[in-house]
Amino acid sequence: MKPRQKRFAYIIVGIAAVGLAVGLVLNALKDNVSLYFTPTQVYNKEAPQDRSFRIGGLVEQGSLKREGDGLTARFVITDLKKSLPVVYVGILPDLFKEGKGVVAQGKMESDGVMHASEVLAKHDENYMPPEAKDALDKARKTQGSTK
Amino acid sequence: MAINWFKYSAPTTFYPLAGKLIPWFAASSAILFAAGLYLGFVVAPSDATQGEFYRIIYIHVPSSILSMFLYLVMAGYAALGLIFNTRLSSMMASAVAPTGALFAFIALWTGALWGKPMWGAWWVWDARLTSELILLFLYLGFIALHASIDDPRRADRAAALLAIVGSVNVPIIYFSVKWWNTLHQGSTIKFTGTSMQVTMQQSMFTMLAACWLYAIAIILMRVRSIILERERNTKWITELAEVKK
Repeated sequence: MKPRQKRFAYIIVGIAAVGLAVGLVLNALKDNVSLYFTPTQVYNKEAPQDRSFRIGGLVEQGSLKREGDGLTARFVITDLKKSLPVVYVGILPDLFKEGKGVVAQGKMESDGVMHASEVLAKHDENYMPPEAKDALDKARKTQGSTK
Repeated sequence: MAINWFKYSAPTTFYPLAGKLIPWFAASSAILFAAGLYLGFVVAPSDATQGEFYRIIYIHVPSSILSMFLYLVMAGYAALGLIFNTRLSSMMASAVAPTGALFAFIALWTGALWGKPMWGAWWVWDARLTSELILLFLYLGFIALHASIDDPRRADRAAALLAIVGSVNVPIIYFSVKWWNTLHQGSTIKFTGTSMQVTMQQSMFTMLAACWLYAIAIILMRVRSIILERERNTKWITELAEVKK
């Protein structure tokens, strides 16, 4: 082999080795790299029991209730299979809406409710003007009523 | 007709060629920036859920794409420099680094500005944000390592190694929103189609092209000054019209 071919081979082997090592490390740390657990994972006891963690999913339709003090909000996070009630005292972000993505950090208390210390809204990857969204919502509604 | 690519890997021929190309890239970039900003901030409609806040994507997305792409370009040039021992490849790698770092910084900064009103947090340690931050540190590490070694050829080799090893991070950034649960939303532009209104798409791709051309123009300018600096003792440099003056 010419020296330049040798150097090329070293670089390819080097990248492959580093890539493999990083891949194995990330695979081993899978649960730590993910930002949040889903309600299903919480039910399967994959989430930590006695310390704070993040849970993510959609805010269930019609589940948001605000209490008299104007700060306490109760809602249910769902991944469409399992759902989990959350209570949060504080200001909810602008994008927080029923049926939209949300990530809440907190601890599961003995009452089976997550007491959240932080609630973040998760945006989806779709961008459309308001008129298009109205049309889409209308279409969904009529489709739903004919069923 | 066969083109002799090695001819353009010589600083002697590349220096005047780059000089001739720069005005074209710079001018077309300026025109596209004007068009893209007009389309993005005046013509494109507002978003149904985010209102006007979403318009930051016209800067955020092109700079994120370029920060990743430029890293691969830099690592590619660094590898070429290691393999073929061509001086110009290593100079190109050093010329790409500051622009890549700039785009990575803009991506993180605009992301934070958007994150506060939309998510409710400036910063979250999710996989996408963290790996992009590592990308910025890799750029800064490349620049710092190169600057810390006096002999430019040795500096080239050491920094090239860092650049090549770091390239493992780029696919991690790209696929992070797929592999793990992240707060950052998934990809809007996919190989299977784009989930975005057409005018918004056109504005964004115009801005992407503008940033791309800007990057080419500024990198060619930078590589020209690197050539002047490193080859200052050669005969052809001392005979250049702009040096004689």
